[in-house]
Amino acid sequence: MEHHEPQLYGVMAEFETANQLLHAAEKVRDAGYKHMDAYAPFPVEGLTEALGLGRNKVALTTLLGGLCGGLGGFGFEYWVNVVSYPMNIAGRPLNSWPAFIPVTFELTVLGAALSAVFGMIAMNGLPRPHHPVFNIHRFARASTDRFFICIEATDPKFHLADTARFLEGLHPQHVTEVQDE
Amino acid sequence: MNQREFMDEHNHEHHHVQERGELRILSARAGADVAAEAPLAKHALDLAAVRGKLQARAGKQYWRTLEELAEDPHFTELLQREFPRQAPSEWDEGVDRRDFLKLMAASLAFAGLSGCGLPPRENIVPYVKQPEGLVLGKPLFFATVMPFGADAIGLLVESHEGRPTKIEGNPDHPSSLGGTNAFAQASVLDLYDPDRAQLTTNFGDMRSWSQFLDSAQAAAAAIKSTEGAGFRILTGTITSPLLAEEIQGLLKLYPKAKWHQWEPAVSDGGREGAKLAFGRYLNTVYRVEKADVILSLDSDFLAVGPGNVRYMKEFFRRRKLTGPDSEMNRLYVVEPTPTVTGATADHRLPLRASDVELFARALAAKLGLGGGASLPGAEKWIAAVAADLQKHRGSSLVVAGEQQGAEVHALAHAINAALGNSGVTVYQTEPVEAQPVNHLQSITELCADMDAGKVDTLIIFGTNPIYTAPHDFDFATKITKVRNTIRVSTHFDETAEYSQWHIAESHFLETWGDARAFDGTLSVIQPLIAPLYATHSAREVLAAFSDKPGVSDYDALRDRLKAANSGADFEKFWRKTLNDGVVANSAFTPVAGAAKFSADSLPPAKTIPADQLEFIFRPDPSIYDGRFANNGWLQELPKPVTKLVWDNAALVSSKTSEKLDLAHKAASRGGEHGQIYSPVVDVSLSNSKVTAAAWTLPGQADGVVVLPLGYGRTHAGYTGTNRGFNAYAVRVSSALFTATGGTLKKTDAEYSLACTQYHFNMEGRKILASGTLEEYKKNPNFAHEEDEQPDKSVSLYKPQDFPYAPDKPAWAMAIDLSSCNGCNACVVACQSENNIPVVGKDQVMRGREMHWIRIDRYYTHTPSETDGGHSGDPSEYSPALDNPETFFQPVPCQQCENAPCEQVCPVGATVHSSEGLNDMVYNRCIGTRYCSNNCPYKVRRFNFLRFQDWETPQFKLLRNPEVTVRSRGVMEKCTYCVQRISNVRIEAEKQNRAIRDGEIVTACESACPAEAIVFGDQNDPNSRVSKLKAQQRNYTILGELNARPRTTYLAAVRNPNPEMEKA
Amino acid sequence: MSVAQPPINHPEIRRLEPVLAPGHTYETVTATISDVVIKRPLGLGWFAGFTLAFTFLMVLTVAVAWLIIKGVGIWGINVPIGWGFAIVNFVWWIGIGHAGTLISAILFLLNQKWRTSINRFAEAMTLFAVACAGIFPLIHTGRPWMAYYMFPYPSTMGIWPQFRSPLIWDVFAVSTYGTVSLLFWFVGLIPDLATLRDRAPHKWQQMIFGALAMGWRGSARHWHRYQSAYMLLAGLATPLVLSVHTVVSFDFSIAIVPGWHTTIFPPYFVAGAIYSGFAMVLTIAIPLRKAYGLEDFITMRHLENMAKVMLATGLIVAYGYFFEFFMAEYSGNKFDVFLVDQRLHGPYSPYYFALILCNILTPQLLWIQKVRRNIAALFVMSLIINTGMWLERFVIVVISLTRDFMPSAWGRYSATVWDYATFAGTLGLFTTLLFLFCRALPAIAMAEMRELVAHTSKDHD
Repeated sequence: MEHHEPQLYGVMAEFETANQLLHAAEKVRDAGYKHMDAYAPFPVEGLTEALGLGRNKVALTTLLGGLCGGLGGFGFEYWVNVVSYPMNIAGRPLNSWPAFIPVTFELTVLGAALSAVFGMIAMNGLPRPHHPVFNIHRFARASTDRFFICIEATDPKFHLADTARFLEGLHPQHVTEVQDE
Repeated sequence: MNQREFMDEHNHEHHHVQERGELRILSARAGADVAAEAPLAKHALDLAAVRGKLQARAGKQYWRTLEELAEDPHFTELLQREFPRQAPSEWDEGVDRRDFLKLMAASLAFAGLSGCGLPPRENIVPYVKQPEGLVLGKPLFFATVMPFGADAIGLLVESHEGRPTKIEGNPDHPSSLGGTNAFAQASVLDLYDPDRAQLTTNFGDMRSWSQFLDSAQAAAAAIKSTEGAGFRILTGTITSPLLAEEIQGLLKLYPKAKWHQWEPAVSDGGREGAKLAFGRYLNTVYRVEKADVILSLDSDFLAVGPGNVRYMKEFFRRRKLTGPDSEMNRLYVVEPTPTVTGATADHRLPLRASDVELFARALAAKLGLGGGASLPGAEKWIAAVAADLQKHRGSSLVVAGEQQGAEVHALAHAINAALGNSGVTVYQTEPVEAQPVNHLQSITELCADMDAGKVDTLIIFGTNPIYTAPHDFDFATKITKVRNTIRVSTHFDETAEYSQWHIAESHFLETWGDARAFDGTLSVIQPLIAPLYATHSAREVLAAFSDKPGVSDYDALRDRLKAANSGADFEKFWRKTLNDGVVANSAFTPVAGAAKFSADSLPPAKTIPADQLEFIFRPDPSIYDGRFANNGWLQELPKPVTKLVWDNAALVSSKTSEKLDLAHKAASRGGEHGQIYSPVVDVSLSNSKVTAAAWTLPGQADGVVVLPLGYGRTHAGYTGTNRGFNAYAVRVSSALFTATGGTLKKTDAEYSLACTQYHFNMEGRKILASGTLEEYKKNPNFAHEEDEQPDKSVSLYKPQDFPYAPDKPAWAMAIDLSSCNGCNACVVACQSENNIPVVGKDQVMRGREMHWIRIDRYYTHTPSETDGGHSGDPSEYSPALDNPETFFQPVPCQQCENAPCEQVCPVGATVHSSEGLNDMVYNRCIGTRYCSNNCPYKVRRFNFLRFQDWETPQFKLLRNPEVTVRSRGVMEKCTYCVQRISNVRIEAEKQNRAIRDGEIVTACESACPAEAIVFGDQNDPNSRVSKLKAQQRNYTILGELNARPRTTYLAAVRNPNPEMEKA
Repeated sequence: MSVAQPPINHPEIRRLEPVLAPGHTYETVTATISDVVIKRPLGLGWFAGFTLAFTFLMVLTVAVAWLIIKGVGIWGINVPIGWGFAIVNFVWWIGIGHAGTLISAILFLLNQKWRTSINRFAEAMTLFAVACAGIFPLIHTGRPWMAYYMFPYPSTMGIWPQFRSPLIWDVFAVSTYGTVSLLFWFVGLIPDLATLRDRAPHKWQQMIFGALAMGWRGSARHWHRYQSAYMLLAGLATPLVLSVHTVVSFDFSIAIVPGWHTTIFPPYFVAGAIYSGFAMVLTIAIPLRKAYGLEDFITMRHLENMAKVMLATGLIVAYGYFFEFFMAEYSGNKFDVFLVDQRLHGPYSPYYFALILCNILTPQLLWIQKVRRNIAALFVMSLIINTGMWLERFVIVVISLTRDFMPSAWGRYSATVWDYATFAGTLGLFTTLLFLFCRALPAIAMAEMRELVAHTSKDHD
């Protein structure tokens, strides 16, 4: 993120437990906020629904990756043995498809696995070394035992004072502005 | 450098000792002692001599001469022979085999190249192809002969750009008819042996040839003054008229001079027997082809002795079966220890060597030749044989063994005469030997004269007395009383070490000469290459002492032939002779006169008490009398019956073994296919002693101990020195071939022998099918009884998946097991043709020998491991092993159509060609060895280490340029000699015609004297191979695996005598 | 955890002892695990152990160097025994790897909570075992520098790998297995790396872990995709792990060698793999929990469960052995009959009986709960089973080759010092990597432990 005037990123509230976060998230959603995110040291059940996030595309990517691997694998083996350099091996047919299955299978799995992982990382916008939330020092505990919810300034309903007050109403530990410098 | 060299030498001895264990130390010391005293006994003042000998004993003398070269006044004479100075750089090496050979390489660079300086001025004539300019990459073939004892084998030698690389038989030569034996095949390696002596030396100091000539002429003058009183010549058997003439010339020149002969492995029985029977020395020739019934009295006539190659051809031509209606000859063998001849026999009777004479007498008596002898125990046998012989009067043959006494030979002659075989299946000619004498008597006289100090000049060639002379003669001490000994030999051997002069002898492929074959046929020895080193022929050395020295062999030979064939256009005759390899119709004519001899005239036979052990001395099947000891191919050649390599062993019968507890056991390393621990025994015989490894040999006559000659040499060269034990050490003049009164004592030491096939049982598997002629006639399909061969049409794959197009040839091989007697010619031929490396004893013991074709030996009707009885190892006593039926099976790559090896290769390094060959692609192979694991026939060979010697220049000359030299880490195997196939295909395509049947001959096929191997196109219904495969005897090994091999076998058929079954 | 499941204090689960000792909070679990990596100084014990392991690693490098210089001839292999220790070790190591994947993938899919505290180092073990295994197919070839011929690259010879060969299947199976295991492991590590980044006292640690964590910030969206990916990976790893040892068993069952050519191999190899794998997990877990005071996380319940798995897989293996004999006798194939006879009476029968003792008889003790709950006993048992499984591969690979079709070509095998050195060397490599791992990365998945705390702690209501 290139350097410029410090500008407001959003307002963030900190909670003690996963359940408080869950309830808070529901309230924020019901209050009609759209641009927000929650942060937790482990995947909290139901948080996705609470924030009203849709389904993700990881599974689809994986499927496609797998198909490419598998079809590519078998296709390659066929091409090599029948088209590119046909040879009489042990009197077996050129297209000894049963013998080609193991490699096909392995390549399917490989394709799928690679696309699953790198798809996930890419869709999460990682690697991203810096992010405004890291400016909050207490946020370091987000990876250990604290739960945060952050309403972003880009949200149409966002108004610094109101939003802050709204979050106060959820009995968090803290409420802080998140500056993006 | 001298320092380094002594250290190396020392390490070397040390190395040997460790590697060979106690046995080696003992036998080695025996030799060393003799050597130690010798020089001191000799003129104490002659310090130079002493130094010479001490140096000489360390071997590799040419290295020392390299040093002295510098001061040598005659250095200049050598300078003109491009002397490379980098040779010493070869010294920065360790002491393992290859490094050692690198040293040898240097020595060649030094002396060897000297040969290249002098191209042969004489014209030699190629066989078949006329030399209008040599076409590079195209081999030429030259006819020559290999002199061997009282025979000379006709050869065609393949020459690549002037390098002889491969030996073939000469179809036009009577002793070959196109076949060869292992010795002939391996002889080309002797030519390139890096250990060969390369210079003329005097007490180990290098001398030029002219220096020798000067000293010889000086000596000649002295000899002349005494009419040659102190002048002696000792040779082996000589059939060369040229050489004989030279000697006779000297004897004429020096009336008081004498010529002695000593051939250690052949007894005087043959000669003396003839004398007994015919009143004079005569040569006996057999017409095996004409014989229906043959009885061998301890004769290995199919493997060794004059005419063996021809006899093998003729013998097996009478055993080819075209169908159930064809007939075959019958062979009875009476012998003390199994030989290839015995293993081929239809009936084999193990008898002690001394009882063979009794057998002969008893048989003679049965046939009414007088002498009421009888051999209890074998009566029925004798009766049956006698009856069979009687039945085939005029078409039977009795052959007496080379190691048997005069009586046996005389009886054989008498019986043949009585049966009317003389002139039909056997005839006599004038002796082939230039001067037949009683060798024992001859060498005895020489020793007496030497002892009496009557000998002052002695020329020795063609025999190695220090090593082979009877132990009681103590030749080593007596020779030191000779003032001037001139040794002519290819290696600086035991005898050379005791001689003042050593003349490096040329190999027969390097010299002009002549030799007579077993039937008297005269042939010209035609050189294939100029001498590699500063070597000379024996004739030249003799000439040096004559009044006209310095006549070249070439001129001498031509003069001799001119004289013998005056009149006719000589040049024409000369060219024809060289081209054909024989002097047209020079064979001796049969001499008239039947055997005037009756068994009554014989003195009563001496018999040995049954409880006494009988020790017999026999030439080794691989290295003969020791002359081939330094030949790696022969050392690593599994001996036909024992399958031992790199060693000899005291062979004992199963019973004796059990009595003396001489069982051996497979080691965990290599095991049945490599290292075998065998008990070490002390042999005390004729007040001498030798330590040997014992080996139990099924089929050996009980109470017989065989001590194979030829091993335990102290100066054979790197390959042959200190291998096995020296049987000559316990061999005395009174008991040259059969000795008694000795003892065999088991020590608690153990010795590792390398054995390539320990297990002899087929475990009830479909591997080698055999039957009798009767069975075959009754059921021609006997080979396929309980056949599990799946129907070819049954396949998951559409047949059209891989059509071996009928318009293309489909290469295939058929091997007739009736015709194989395991003579090993094919194995060496293959090794020579395909650049197969020698791996050494240690690697063989690890189960890593490299032969592309192996010969499996099986004993039939012996209890197998699967039926819980026998573990299939020969040292376990079982009555079935007293005289088992023995069969041999050559196993090259089976070239399977559904090759299991191909399917598992991850990189496609072994694939199928359109002509059905299972090709091996060396440069694609990464060496996973999966193919070898998956090969049911285990014919694949892997380069576990870098077995090939890439440095030694001699071996570079030796190799076949048409075959890849494989490096470390790749798999290899039989290719059906694909290079020969390609050559022929190219020729055929150039002439735009199909390849003719028989045009392609694989190396094994062409070498086989029995014509057991046939290669050809199985798509051509008229090819020989198709006809053979069409026979019902044709089967595939382990057919149930459905690998569909292209190599198939024809079941072995034996022709036992129905009468005998009852006996 | 997206799959809804009963809380751990649900009535019928209470009877089981907890997979996590009570009284732990997010902070305590995180601290205990992360401190090992970022705070705790390297102890003398660690150094001693590491040095020993490293020495063996050096033995490996020497052995391999000599191998490259001289050739595979320095080993005991010959004709007919073309494969020796190298392949035995390969199969053994690959087998060991399997437990890791099984724990992290299959038990995850089966919602086995107890896997949480062992999956991390079990996966590490998988990776290291695969690394050790991977060495052998390469160096056992006659010309290792040509081994790249086994990969499909466009060569000037226009030739490609031979896809009918099980060895090629191996190449693909093992490399895929290695890759997927690595990904799976790394994905699991991402949140923990973030934790370490945030807790690390030193700048350099923050830098390293920060870079590895790629800026993970635990956002709900991230967790959402993360869980899908993790679940999918688990789903892919499961058939993969089964396929790998199946393919390895094809190396033998596709060949025609008696004793190799049998259809029972795939299931029986997989069972054997898991068997030896769990044994190895125990061999590692028992000292590890002691050394770093992780008894609260790797509890008796874990050890006992693993013992039960070993008992089960051990029985499957026993079934395999039995069927070798049954099928031989039942089919009546003379080669197979001879082979099984050789197993009992041949020159190598002692190996076979040793194998039966280690793999079948001894493990029966695991029926007894006392044994299952006796840590020392389990440790010894795990070692015995590892030995037994090595012997099993020796019997299959080597002994089958000594006496196959042609009696004339029968031979024997005995390993050379270099064979042993290479094997010992890989043990060195394996332990070296483990020593480094347990101090460089969290040996237990912290995020998952926190999840576990969430489930066990009272804050549900």
